[in-house]
Amino acid sequence: MNTQTLARLALRHATWLIFAAVVLLFGIGADGFLTAESLGNIIKQASFIGIAAVGITFVLLTRGIDLSVGSVMYLAPLLAGLAMREFGLGVGLGFVVAALAGIAMGAANAFFIVRLGIAPFIVTLASLFFFRGAGTWMTSSRQFDFPPEMLEFGLSSVLGVPLPVVVFALTVIAAHITLARTSFGRQIYALGADPEAARKAGIRKGWVEAAVYMISSGAAAIAGFVLIAQIGRLDVAFGEGREFDVIAAAVLGGASLFGGVGTAIGAAVGATLIQTVKTGLIFLGINLYLQPIALGLVIFVAVLIDGLRSLRVQRMQRRAIRAHTGAD
Amino acid sequence: MSTLLRLDNLSRDFFGIPAVRSVTLEVPQGAVLGLVGENGAGKSTLMNMIGGVLPPSSGRLFWRGAPYAPRDAVDAAEAGIAFIHQELNLFHNLTIAENLFIDGFPKRFGLIDRRAIAARAGELLADLELDATPNTLIEELSPGERQLVEIAKALHREAELIIFDEPTTSLTPRETKRLFDVIARLKTSGKTVVFISHVLGDVAEHCDHLAVLRDGQLVAKGPIADFPVPEMIRAMIGRELSGLFPDRTSIPQAEIVFAAEGLGQSGVVENVSFEVRAGEILGLFGLMGSGRSELARILFGLDPHETGTATLAGARLTGGPGRRIAQGMAFVTENRREEGLMMEAPVAENLALVTIDRFGRLPAATVDRAAMREATEKMRDKVQLKAADIASQPAKSLSGGNQQKVVIGKWLMAGPRFFILDEPTRGVDVGAKYEIYALADRLAAEGGAVLFISSEIEELMGVCDRIMVMNRGEIVGKFAERPFSDEAILAAAFREVAA
Repeated sequence: MNTQTLARLALRHATWLIFAAVVLLFGIGADGFLTAESLGNIIKQASFIGIAAVGITFVLLTRGIDLSVGSVMYLAPLLAGLAMREFGLGVGLGFVVAALAGIAMGAANAFFIVRLGIAPFIVTLASLFFFRGAGTWMTSSRQFDFPPEMLEFGLSSVLGVPLPVVVFALTVIAAHITLARTSFGRQIYALGADPEAARKAGIRKGWVEAAVYMISSGAAAIAGFVLIAQIGRLDVAFGEGREFDVIAAAVLGGASLFGGVGTAIGAAVGATLIQTVKTGLIFLGINLYLQPIALGLVIFVAVLIDGLRSLRVQRMQRRAIRAHTGAD
Repeated sequence: MSTLLRLDNLSRDFFGIPAVRSVTLEVPQGAVLGLVGENGAGKSTLMNMIGGVLPPSSGRLFWRGAPYAPRDAVDAAEAGIAFIHQELNLFHNLTIAENLFIDGFPKRFGLIDRRAIAARAGELLADLELDATPNTLIEELSPGERQLVEIAKALHREAELIIFDEPTTSLTPRETKRLFDVIARLKTSGKTVVFISHVLGDVAEHCDHLAVLRDGQLVAKGPIADFPVPEMIRAMIGRELSGLFPDRTSIPQAEIVFAAEGLGQSGVVENVSFEVRAGEILGLFGLMGSGRSELARILFGLDPHETGTATLAGARLTGGPGRRIAQGMAFVTENRREEGLMMEAPVAENLALVTIDRFGRLPAATVDRAAMREATEKMRDKVQLKAADIASQPAKSLSGGNQQKVVIGKWLMAGPRFFILDEPTRGVDVGAKYEIYALADRLAAEGGAVLFISSEIEELMGVCDRIMVMNRGEIVGKFAERPFSDEAILAAAFREVAA
């Protein structure tokens, strides 16, 4: 195996390498870090960002961006809560309402992006403010209390596995199968790699694009609902600024902002990695103010790797005027 | 032999300028048709009409005898026409098998039937003798292997007509040989092939019929046996040259202004050496993809080079464009819309762009408007710009030829010694071309050295003192004496020996 193949493998599996290094580092440095309990807690706490990160990976794959996820996390569960209160719906139906509300918000984003051709960055930046504003207006910026069953649901577990982890796992599995094993999923990758060639291949670009924004918002809504179920109430600031955590987790998990690269499992690992660093720093007793710096470093390394990776792809796509000697 | 595709009086124009004029051509089934012509002869436009990318302005197409009017590339693919372009339409992040099936996967229980697509892809790869598993990612394949995947895609879609557009430009000799083996096999199995290439020797060796385009018209067609390579070249050129060019008013002096010595960058150019003297216009001719524009970028410091040196007036050139401009270099780009001009800004500001810091006024280096106006007005007269009010008129309001004069004027204001003009007359009308040639002559007459890069051989023969020819990133010929022989120059560019 030559160094080039090695470099390629390292770039492709960078997330896993960083993850292994971080776990090892904290495992050596902090007593009690490598226990089932603390690791279980990490996954549980990572599930919130993780679910949304898996969703936004669909958007990133098509070279898009979704800045509205933080606001969707807030507004969709709020609508579900209002429906539960007004119509006496159970928590299960509330969950469905939240998911549908999220999908509808994604559809609104998609309308402006696909039909009117406005840049995703602009559209989702506007809806970031719009969705949060709508929620603040509906609640008059007061805290919203869910019925007590909500908390019961949130703290429940399936075969000893806490609910957030169950939902997280189901999301990752569903997303993985969709991306890797369905033609819709493979067309998302094709679209991200070369939109023009995708159009020539007869892929219905508009529909695929619309679907990814609905998936992203739907996942954000579910993430919000599940976390709120842990607390039982909804603050005005819930989810604020989380879009950056979500994007960071997806990119850390190998998704490229240039499109065409990324996986559902990668996004899940990325979210878990961020949470591992956070928890590990607490275990080590590192100064609280230094923690954002450490997180920033980890994200910077991931984005750097993304840059290297796309540079490599670009270099390979450059047409050679002279055939490289020795290649044949 | 029956006719698979018939072009009946096909024409296409762009904004009133004809690109293809009444082409009537029959593509016989089960044969290889070679299509040749100079850059801009209309080959791409013709192919785009067949492929559904452009609708014809007039005329009709018949596919297997029935009228055929593709609305897009998908229509053409469904009819059974496949294109193998220089830029391949493959998705580098998907596997070979997935690329074959991207427009419709076979399914089992709603999921992609991976075993089925791998099996089908494996068969096709074995047919083409491509030694890779169906689950290999495209990004791991060489250019030649990717091209075979593109051919496999055509076969998978049961294409009857496969059109190759310059397929050998980025292939190694071995890959090229394998491609011709594949084309021969396609023919044996009854497929029809259109082969577009600048490598005339390949056309002569591997095609059954030939069609020659010039200025959008079909000027010759027939069995390949009637067209030895010199005959092909004669058919491709042939235009009156007199009256299109101004007389040269200077002759090259002894002083060498610019010299390149053994410039090389792997995969791009190799061992490029030449010099340009004061008062000289040196032409650089090459076909598309020969490396001429890439060489210009290296000379101007936009791209790096691994070996060799470049010197201007004896001083070695280093660093990026900023430093080279300061040393006395100017670069008029091929793509003035994107690289050369600020379209929304007034003409005067465009003219002053390169020299803007000379109009700085102390204490805060604010722009001295009066001085700038005076200098830009002077330049307007010098390049004979047809513009009413250069201080307020935006650059985009000018014609293509006048825009090009703005670009040249902008560089002239810096008083450079060495000019690179890269396709300065592309997209400008005949009258403006004449003025640009006259400007090039004046640049030289005032002691400058000019490197005039073009893919139009006639204009180089009309304005240059010497012409050098590039092919595959190398200088393959230098022609010093007027009158130039267009056949000899083209032969060098095509790497053929005209008998």
